[in-house]
Amino acid sequence: MSTNTDTNKYTILFAIGMVVIVGSLLAFTASSLKPNIQENERMEKQQNILYAMGINENGATDIKFIGTDKVAGEFSKYISKQLIINIDGSSEENLEAYLIDVKKEQAKAKNGGTRLLPLFVGEKEGESFYIVPIRGKGLWDAIWGYVSLDENMVVQGAFFDHAAETPGLGANIKQRYFMDDFVGEQLLTASGDFKGITVAKGNNDPKNLTKDDYEVDALAGATITGDGVSAMIKSDLKLYLPYFKNLKTQLN
Amino acid sequence: MGLLSKKDAKLITDPLADNNPITIQVLGICSALAITAELKASLVMGIAVLFVLGIGNVVISLMRNIIPSKIRIIVQLIVVASLVIIVDQVLKAYAYELSKTLSVFVGLIITNCIIMGRFEAFALGNGPWKAFLDGIGNALGYAVILLVVGFFRELLGSGTLFGIPVLGDPIEKTGLYSIGYENNGFMLMPPMALIIVGLIIWVQRSRNTSLIEH
Repeated sequence: MSTNTDTNKYTILFAIGMVVIVGSLLAFTASSLKPNIQENERMEKQQNILYAMGINENGATDIKFIGTDKVAGEFSKYISKQLIINIDGSSEENLEAYLIDVKKEQAKAKNGGTRLLPLFVGEKEGESFYIVPIRGKGLWDAIWGYVSLDENMVVQGAFFDHAAETPGLGANIKQRYFMDDFVGEQLLTASGDFKGITVAKGNNDPKNLTKDDYEVDALAGATITGDGVSAMIKSDLKLYLPYFKNLKTQLN
Repeated sequence: MGLLSKKDAKLITDPLADNNPITIQVLGICSALAITAELKASLVMGIAVLFVLGIGNVVISLMRNIIPSKIRIIVQLIVVASLVIIVDQVLKAYAYELSKTLSVFVGLIITNCIIMGRFEAFALGNGPWKAFLDGIGNALGYAVILLVVGFFRELLGSGTLFGIPVLGDPIEKTGLYSIGYENNGFMLMPPMALIIVGLIIWVQRSRNTSLIEH
């Protein structure tokens, strides 16, 4: 016995059946795994923030985050304040600021709304770190990161990640040698204006010894991803300038 | 007696050389260009395709008698896409680090024409065991070429293999670099993968002239 699989009726029934089965299978997988996935993403954010302020288990050249088993403890130990910054530079504390979705906030700002600007204050060995999330566009998809700054907006550490940059090219923004280049770079000019950091091809400084040129060495074959990194540093970090200006007046 | 009959063994060995999916059938070129700038990515992609093609071929083969021929391509696409998405979700939940490494490849796996090609050309007409072997064979054939291309691109383009410097340090000028050798940045560009694949095809066909079409 065999059914005639060429009739229109069979084809339509098959298509409907397939959609129902596959749809419910995918929906079931997605909803049953959602709590686990969200928990992983939450821990990843904490790991990234800690990474940017130098709390990690890095070896000589690799990238190793604080283990997921102790990340929550370390996060509450080192991150002393989680703030939401207003446009005028004033701030309020919010214990879940790290869960703020930068992508949604950027969309809000684009539609004329007010964007919530999260900032995390970390304390390590008596020094303060101000860690800021940034987000932008690479070649294929989103890129994002966390930059930790001191009160003069000098970079103390950086972490970048990407959704779908090309392996071996743009994806190398997630490599130590690229991230570490940012350490010590300045964002402000001598007069206190915001200048940003450019991922530059021709800065003739592959070891990145010059720290006051507002440039880091670009990656070969990853021009657009590199430009994306420059752009997100410029556009997102600039918004925090009023906060840092306030901070300086307070500290002085 | 071996584990596989001679005919079954051919299903695995054929795609490795004389019926290679990339160099002979010229399928899967897109992903071969995209991710061969480093050896590690080639390896990851090879293993991922091995899983998806092995399992997907079996699934399609089991369904071969009930799939309506008019919509078979869509059905194949749905099978491979759901497989990949489910695996991706499970990895995200239970092996987050691994899923971060693989995330870039998800889209490339779904649209890999080797997978669709084997579903269409083999799994629809053969039993599950044979389809499984064919899937493994073709995925291995694909992986071999990816690794060869990745080897040359990473070695000549970055002077490293699996991220480990093998030719010295280009900035400190040690090893080969001390006598004036430079990395060839062109090797990192996708067109060079095409040229390397072309060279492999040339070598392969000059060794086995029966492969040359007239």
